[in-house]
Amino acid sequence: MIRNITRKIYICLIFIFLYAPIVTLMVLSFNASKTRSKWGGFTLKWYKSLFENEAIIQALINTLAIAFLSALIATVIGTIACISMQSMKKRNRTILMGVVNIPMLNAEIVTGISLMLLFISLGIKFGFLTVLLAHITFNIPYVILSVMPRMKQLNPSTYEAALDLGASHLKAFFKVVFPDIFPGILSGFVMAFTMSLDDFIITHFTKGPGIHTLSTKIYTEVKKGIKPEMYALSTIIFVSVLALLILVNYTPKKKEK
Amino acid sequence: MKKLVALLLCGVLAAASLTGCGSSESGENGEVYVYNWGEYIDPETLTMFEEETGIKVVYDEFDTNEAMYPKVAAGSSAYDVICPSDYMIEKMIDNDLLQELNFDNMPNAKANIGAQYYEQSKAFDPENKYSVPYCWGTVGILYNTNMVKEPVNSWSILWDEKYADNILMQSSVRDAFMVALKLKGYSMNSVDASELTDAKDALIAQKPLVQAYVIDQVRDKMIGGEAAIGVIYSGEAIYTQRENPDLEYVIPKEGTNVWIDSWVIPKNAPNRENAEKFIDFMCRGDIALMNFEYITYSTPNTAAQALIEDEDIRNSKIAFPDLSQYSGLETFSYLGEEGDELYNSLWKEVMSE
Amino acid sequence: MNKKLLSAPFLFWSALFIIIPLCMVFYYGFTDKDGAFTLSNIMAIATPEHSKAFFEAVKLSLLSTVICFFLAYPLAMILANLKGKRSSLIALIFILPMWMNFLLRTLAWQTLLEKTGVINSILGFLGLPALNIINTPGAIVLGMVYNFLPFMVLPIYNVLCKIDVNVLNAARDLGANEAQAFLKVTLPLSVPGIISGITMVFVPALTTFVISTILGGSKILLIGNVIEQEFTQTGNWHLGSGLSIVLMMFIIFNMVISAITDKEGDTNAL
Repeated sequence: MIRNITRKIYICLIFIFLYAPIVTLMVLSFNASKTRSKWGGFTLKWYKSLFENEAIIQALINTLAIAFLSALIATVIGTIACISMQSMKKRNRTILMGVVNIPMLNAEIVTGISLMLLFISLGIKFGFLTVLLAHITFNIPYVILSVMPRMKQLNPSTYEAALDLGASHLKAFFKVVFPDIFPGILSGFVMAFTMSLDDFIITHFTKGPGIHTLSTKIYTEVKKGIKPEMYALSTIIFVSVLALLILVNYTPKKKEK
Repeated sequence: MKKLVALLLCGVLAAASLTGCGSSESGENGEVYVYNWGEYIDPETLTMFEEETGIKVVYDEFDTNEAMYPKVAAGSSAYDVICPSDYMIEKMIDNDLLQELNFDNMPNAKANIGAQYYEQSKAFDPENKYSVPYCWGTVGILYNTNMVKEPVNSWSILWDEKYADNILMQSSVRDAFMVALKLKGYSMNSVDASELTDAKDALIAQKPLVQAYVIDQVRDKMIGGEAAIGVIYSGEAIYTQRENPDLEYVIPKEGTNVWIDSWVIPKNAPNRENAEKFIDFMCRGDIALMNFEYITYSTPNTAAQALIEDEDIRNSKIAFPDLSQYSGLETFSYLGEEGDELYNSLWKEVMSE
Repeated sequence: MNKKLLSAPFLFWSALFIIIPLCMVFYYGFTDKDGAFTLSNIMAIATPEHSKAFFEAVKLSLLSTVICFFLAYPLAMILANLKGKRSSLIALIFILPMWMNFLLRTLAWQTLLEKTGVINSILGFLGLPALNIINTPGAIVLGMVYNFLPFMVLPIYNVLCKIDVNVLNAARDLGANEAQAFLKVTLPLSVPGIISGITMVFVPALTTFVISTILGGSKILLIGNVIEQEFTQTGNWHLGSGLSIVLMMFIIFNMVISAITDKEGDTNAL
């Protein structure tokens, strides 16, 4: 009983810690004053001007498309890499894990500039594609780091048992291994998606003219003051994702195998 | 969970297909690639330019001169018009990245921009061949009259212990050193080791009094009454005063930095003619006025200055100070790689103190 | 099915987008402006400013990693114990804040922590003394913990979910009390997740510069700030690359040590 209450209090405290700034941003989105530090009364005008601002909407679309595609491709490559690494010798695996971590180890600006130089030497036109390639690159480690621990916990004999019972490799993988590592894959995907949403520096150096993501918009706004439209947009994104989560979670379960 | 992913997938794919169309068509008279500071133009003027000339504007933004430079130098993207600051223009000229402008194609740039601004530009563009001034301003002290009761007219107030933990300093190397060098009576373009050491010692002595080293948050922090004194750009000062009337801006008697951001055309510009049309359009009186009202940074455009209706603004000492009244005014020049390194290593000593 | 072949896309990708750029960093790190070989960019870490910035960064990021761990482990356990579909929803709720832009979130903390900020207004209203944490190392650690906590929670949560309840029950049947069961069974089994978590928190915390700029008021110089400055203010890519290489070596060194400690890896191969 007491234990249960302690648990709830603990969850609540962390929850407050994580959400205090989010609530602040939401409140700011209704602030009539343009500055962060002054409350100028309640307004909805930022929401209105947000929807009239084509540039921001276009940036939002770009951001989502890049985040989704890069996370998806990174998840596929990363998961396959994890599977193949399991059958490697320990030494090779350690080396490969080292390589995996490099994009995380470098300061972002170093990765950004070196990728820019690479794309120039490859002669790829700067634009959507270069940003996507860069994002996939820095997303892969996050996928591998969250799939790997799950992989290590797998019991290899279940996979072999499936093979012995006549399943093909592919079938054995999808029926036995995949369900077990799926939560790891999913959290890797979510993490990659998140990292991609947030990135500014690497995007800045790998993007071409005229392509914007929300981050590049926000960072360039810092000089003249962040427009409250950005707070409004964040609030909308946040609320809609939350609503989506709750919706998915509480729709009556249809028969899922 | 799977359903959630599926939903996300549909949404994003729909969004992605929207991006595919829409952004690719070009104007009937080609395009112009503009690279400017973030939030440094009234977007309406871009639309007007597109409508009047049939040239499509591909607009891109940067947040610091230094983030812009490698992109242009490496040639990863070819821009037609860029708007860097003074010392950066000199660096770009030094590195042969800019092309000469043909002022015959830009009558407005010739007629509307005040002669004194071209004169100032000579500090970084000695023959006025490469740049057309877009915005300018000073750097000064912004103080809260509720917290600072004495008259402010000198940089030395930033060393006054009364205001310990109430002072906001600029965090970029050159700006911070400018304050200390001016205080000591030196040139802000000094590369003399003993003068710079002197300035460094002053900055170290000041550090315990400083609340924070900031760039852009001076504005918000001063409006919120978080600090009593801050070093700020004049364009921001007008905005902060609108939000908080207790704030006062002053140009210190020791002199300060007069900076200019100017339009330039890089060597590798694919649409040179359109670039000149764009610059000339931005120099039109009514357009410059729109931009001034939108971004509140002083315009060097005399035609626009005459059009300003609000008398307070037209005669504002902040927006349009009479520079002849002040002494010790200078514009940053590029100090070469060695100069930059010297400043940077001294600044690191201050920061790690 | 040839497992070796499966690694091909990843190997290709790493060679092109990770190894080649890395070589460029090494090239810059080991040359000077004229392209001649030099070690001075690497040795620069030994100057008082750089080494101070380096140790300051190590100190603060270690501290935040430890705090993250102690906050995240109980949380991950509680989440893993919630049975069924709901637990993954709740786990998602804990990363949801990250979908708000990093810069906006960090600026929001500034609004909260400032001298005249939200928290102090509330404290003042309640007649409590003001909290003076903004522009101190404490605020930087807070920013790091806040931003990187989800990276610690998720991998630990993932691993804990996979632990077979029967193993725990067996331990209890064999006479272990709660604490023993935790120390002897749960904790060792969750080591891979912990290592992932530590890497994902420690590394970005070590290289960050935005947090120390916004919440630390730039008064504390971290190695991330130095590297960033070399690239964005001085334009000395050689020194910036040299210092990044040192930082990278330091992290790799630590990871090798943790890989040696992580002996579990060998027995569990698929």
